[in-house]
Amino acid sequence: MERVAIIGASMTQFGQRDAWIRELLAEAGEACLDDAGVSPDAVEHLYVSNMASGEFEGQTGVPNALAHDLAAIPAYTARIDQTSSSGGAGVYAAWQSVASGASEMTLLVGGEKMTHRSTAEATDVIASLTHPVEYKHGVTLPSFAGLTARLYLETYDAPRESLAEVAVKNHRNGVDNPHAQFRKEITVEDALESPVVAAPLRLYDFCPITDGSAALLFCPESVAREYADDYAVVSGIGGATDTHVVHERADPTTMGGVVHSAEGAYEMADRDPDDVDVAELHDMFTILEFLQSEDLGFFEKGEGWKAAQEGVTARDGDLPVNTSGGLKSKGHPLGASGVAQVYEIYRQVLGEAGPRQVDADVGLACNVGGFGNCVTTAILEAR
Amino acid sequence: MTMAPEDSATDDSHTDDARTDDHRTDDGQPPMEAFRYSDGSITYPGHPVGPDGEEPVGTVDLSEYTARVITWTTATATPPGVRQPNHLAIVEFDVDGEPVRAIGQLTAGDVESGDEVRPVYCEELRDPEAGIREPASQDWDGYRFEPV
Repeated sequence: MERVAIIGASMTQFGQRDAWIRELLAEAGEACLDDAGVSPDAVEHLYVSNMASGEFEGQTGVPNALAHDLAAIPAYTARIDQTSSSGGAGVYAAWQSVASGASEMTLLVGGEKMTHRSTAEATDVIASLTHPVEYKHGVTLPSFAGLTARLYLETYDAPRESLAEVAVKNHRNGVDNPHAQFRKEITVEDALESPVVAAPLRLYDFCPITDGSAALLFCPESVAREYADDYAVVSGIGGATDTHVVHERADPTTMGGVVHSAEGAYEMADRDPDDVDVAELHDMFTILEFLQSEDLGFFEKGEGWKAAQEGVTARDGDLPVNTSGGLKSKGHPLGASGVAQVYEIYRQVLGEAGPRQVDADVGLACNVGGFGNCVTTAILEAR
Repeated sequence: MTMAPEDSATDDSHTDDARTDDHRTDDGQPPMEAFRYSDGSITYPGHPVGPDGEEPVGTVDLSEYTARVITWTTATATPPGVRQPNHLAIVEFDVDGEPVRAIGQLTAGDVESGDEVRPVYCEELRDPEAGIREPASQDWDGYRFEPV
């Protein structure tokens, strides 16, 4: 199996954008090709990670549209939809296309246009991934977060403030990310006094609704040096699912998809959790940072909250988590998020993260769809 | 503490046909129907195959049991057609020693984890016409959980 390199990366400004989905995708795709110095006609496979451009905007067929807009015709194209983990699934598909020998140059672009919809409408589009017995009760992803956060706090005797610490940390990191939607520090008091959204969680426990796009360029490592002096390899990648019906899980505070996808990634990379220097986790809700950090093996079950409170996951801690600001501060354009997570890890392991830079040779990105329903975990290392 | 009624159906030849509104309880309300599988496990909702990979062998009407609140929330930012605020809980039934979990609306927000609740029928849990999902694609009635 061919080892896969990433030789270029880009992301657009995240936030409320005037651009629509085609324009957002083209902006990131063009910037990524420029970053690598690769001509569009060299692209053999082009994947677009996107959850719901049809539902949000009435625009379908975006991969073909992007191939035309980038002058990448006749590249093979496909749309990758795996809800909030569409980006991670796109990374998996792009890696697979190169590792299998099917493509020698694969461009992945993830994007979503959401902010023209009201919060209620956007929440409903996302909640449409739920099972009918969940949907008819008005169950949403934020309500899953509230249910799970209460169970976690009660089971592990964790203080409510520990969740606020996650929001404070990720907002602090986002200040130094020029692409982030929010570049403003908040305090624990701000988080604890913000309006209730899904008790016990409040406004600052949730990521915003976001427009944006990000892109990565993949090729076989055997030719990577022809394009770049420095590049990263995808040393490990894994994907897995958990139950569609969330309440059927034996322990709702454990995400089986995270556990199993990480096992695959660690095994492929011949790494273990102690080898990871920096991680981007899917903090769509603050509670998810605890669950993933435990299910990835960074901390014992029920101990993730202590790491947040003790500063272990801060930028200057032993294991920096979400140096980009995470979904919480950077924003969460659904199909782009998993790609943007790998963008941050790529910059970190190459030493190109500017004021966000930490000491990192091995980085991990974990992208979660649904409420842990489908997950992709990727490990990157610099070359 | 749970009540312990008999299974509402134990037909070994169970098919999806059993999952219809024709299966009404004595008071004319549809059952809160869970599926039982050959390994003894029970799921709500039912699935074409169970955790053991086999087709279901019968059904259980959870509306005849009480349950315990595992966790709960009150959502204030609700989607179109959903009541605001929306009190929700994950609850666990004990069906003759077999745990069965369900999710649903609470009739009120004054509950605590561990409280006992009973299912109460509601003809329309949210406005089918207001959300993104095709109204004809699923049922919109069901059971809320009321503190006992």
